[in-house]
Amino acid sequence: MANLKDLKNRIKSVKSTQKITSAMKMVAAAKLRRAQENAEQARPYSTRMSEMITSLAVKADPNSGPVLLVGTGATANHLLVVVSADRGLCGGFNGGIIRSTRREVLRLQGEGKTVRLLMVGRKATDALKREFSDIFVETLEGVQGTEVQFSDADKISQKIQSMIADGSIDTCSIVFNKFISAIAQEVTFRSLVPVEINAADAEAPQEGSVAPNEYEPDEASVLTDLLPRALTTEIYASILESSASELAARMTAMDNATRNAGDLIDRLTMVYNRSRQAAITTELIEIISGAEAL
Amino acid sequence: MSDTTAFELVTPARVMISRAAGMVVAPGVEGLFGVLPRHAPLISTLQRGVVEVHDNGQVTDRIMVDGGIADVAEDRCTILAERAEKLDPSRKDEIHAQLDAAEQDGKDNDVDFLKAVLAALAA
Repeated sequence: MANLKDLKNRIKSVKSTQKITSAMKMVAAAKLRRAQENAEQARPYSTRMSEMITSLAVKADPNSGPVLLVGTGATANHLLVVVSADRGLCGGFNGGIIRSTRREVLRLQGEGKTVRLLMVGRKATDALKREFSDIFVETLEGVQGTEVQFSDADKISQKIQSMIADGSIDTCSIVFNKFISAIAQEVTFRSLVPVEINAADAEAPQEGSVAPNEYEPDEASVLTDLLPRALTTEIYASILESSASELAARMTAMDNATRNAGDLIDRLTMVYNRSRQAAITTELIEIISGAEAL
Repeated sequence: MSDTTAFELVTPARVMISRAAGMVVAPGVEGLFGVLPRHAPLISTLQRGVVEVHDNGQVTDRIMVDGGIADVAEDRCTILAERAEKLDPSRKDEIHAQLDAAEQDGKDNDVDFLKAVLAALAA
C-alpha cells in the first residue's frame, strides 16, 4: 500500500495543478469574450468587402481578369498559409491544424505540385519543422492574441502579393480554425488566390443593386485596388477567427482538466483515508495483542 | 423615399459610424464627390482625405480616412477604410502621442497619416 506521506504530497500537487488549470480557464473565458467581440466587429467589413468583390467578379473575364482574382491559370506552385497558436494547452486546437496541414501538403505533393508554407504561430511551426522546414517561406510569431493587428495581416498579404507577382506561386490558400461556438471549432481551408466566390451570392441578384453600378475611376482599377484589400481582410478575419477559437479551445480543455483533477483528488483522498484507517487498525491490533500477551 | 442616406463607415476593427446623414462628401481618387439621397449606384476608390457628414447644411462629423472604398446605392453610402480617425479636437493630445510613438518606431505611413489628421484638425 502506498505510503501515506507520498499520497499526501500527490494530493497536494494535483490540487495546485487544479488551481492553475481553473485559473487558465477563467483567463481564457474572459479573453474569449473580447476576442469574440473583435471577430464579430470585424465581420461587417469583410462581408461588405466580399459582397463588392462578388459583384465585380461575376463581370470579370475568367481568362484575362486580374491575377489575384482568377489566379495565374497555372496551379503548379501552391502557397499554404497555416494559422496556429503560439501557445499550447488548448486541447486539439494545434493538433487539428497540424494534422490537416500535413495531409494537405502530402496530397498536393502527391499531385505533383510544389507546396510552400507560410507559418503563423509557433506551435505548428515547431511541429512541422522537422518534416517541412525546407518549404517554409516565412514563420511569424506573436501575431494573434487579444489584439490582432491589421498591419500584421497586411504584412502577410504583401508577401503573398509579391510572391504572386514574381511568379513563385500560382495559387494560395489559408488553413485556420473557424470559430463555430465556444465548444466547437472547425479546421477550415479557404482559397485566397484565386478568390473563392460564394456561388449562391453571385447568382442571386443583390437587393438594391437593380441599376448597374458606376465605377470611379473605372471597373478595372476599382477591382485592382479592391483585391489586395480583400486579400488582407480575408487574412485578418481568419486570424481573428483563429484567435477566438484558440481561446475557446483552451477554455474547454482547461475546464476538462479542472474536472479531471477534481476526480483524481477524490480518488486519491479515498485511497489516503483508507490507508490511514488501515494503518490505525494495524496499530490497534498490535497494541491489543501486546496487552493480551502480558 | 427618405431624404437621408444610411451612412456607414466601416473599418476592419469595427463599424465606426452607422447613422442617417443628409449628405456625405468623400475624397474620391478623381476628386471630392458628394452623396445625396437617391444618388446613382457608384463604387469608387478613395484617397487619403476627409469624409464629411452633413446634416441640414451643417457639417456634423469629419473623419480622416487613409484611402478606402465607397459603395454608394440609392439609399445608402458605405465607406470601407482600413484606417480612419474621427476629427475630434479633444483627441488632439492622444493623436500627438500616437504620432510620437509612430515616429519612434519609424512607421512612415502612420506618421504621414497622423500628420494629415493633425493638419485637418488645425484647419
